[in-house]
Amino acid sequence: MFISATIAILVVMLILLLRAALGPTVFDRILAINTFGTATVLLIALFGFLTKRPDFMDIALLYALINFTSTIAVLKLFRYGSLGKAEDE
Amino acid sequence: MGIETIINLSLLTLLALSAIVLMRLQNLLAVVLLSGIYSLLSAGLFVSLDAVDVAFTEAAVGAGLTTILLLGAIAIIGKEQTVSRHGKLLPLVVIAITASALIYGTLDMPIFGDPTAPIHAYVAPRYLFQSGEEIGIPNVVTSVLASYRGYDTLGEVAVVFTAAIGVLLLLGKPNK
Repeated sequence: MFISATIAILVVMLILLLRAALGPTVFDRILAINTFGTATVLLIALFGFLTKRPDFMDIALLYALINFTSTIAVLKLFRYGSLGKAEDE
Repeated sequence: MGIETIINLSLLTLLALSAIVLMRLQNLLAVVLLSGIYSLLSAGLFVSLDAVDVAFTEAAVGAGLTTILLLGAIAIIGKEQTVSRHGKLLPLVVIAITASALIYGTLDMPIFGDPTAPIHAYVAPRYLFQSGEEIGIPNVVTSVLASYRGYDTLGEVAVVFTAAIGVLLLLGKPNK
């Protein structure tokens, strides 16, 4: 069961990579990157259970946090045109 | 072929694909976003190669900090790449020479996971079997970090301390 789920996640990663490469608008790409981070979290979690060492879950959680921060940074750049001066304007 | 081999091969294929896409794209915002994908993929590869600490660093620095740093750069320089006026032959020659030197260097390396590799045969048995008598600490990792590689650790601590002072000096400035 873990094997088929892992292969499914890898296929999802390929499709997301294509969407991020082709994506006509920036928002397609942002969504693809965000979902790619989630797919990486799932892949690491599945890999831990696949090799019978589910100790790597904390790394997967770190990825989830990082995914969040970079998406916020991209959206802030897109909305305000810069990263640091949103409050002054 | 084991499932781990399949995972490694798929991750490497995806890495190569994303590298090719990164080269072809002209939109710099998309390039930055795809470099995030690239580092997430390589972090996954590091996890599957059992280098969990490297994967941690790659995820935090490569996917997190570098993306934000590059976005800050894009805010200054604009979102489209300007076409280079230089010729393409010289970079190709340099890259070909560097790549062949690196590939030549891998020919001498031991096979991945080889138990007779020098790194497993030379100092690791001494650490495992004699560090209890030599250092007197039951935890082998602690005695390697704090005693055998004590100067190395001292240098790392100095680097981290300097970085912390720099961050405090930059962020801790009072706003009058």
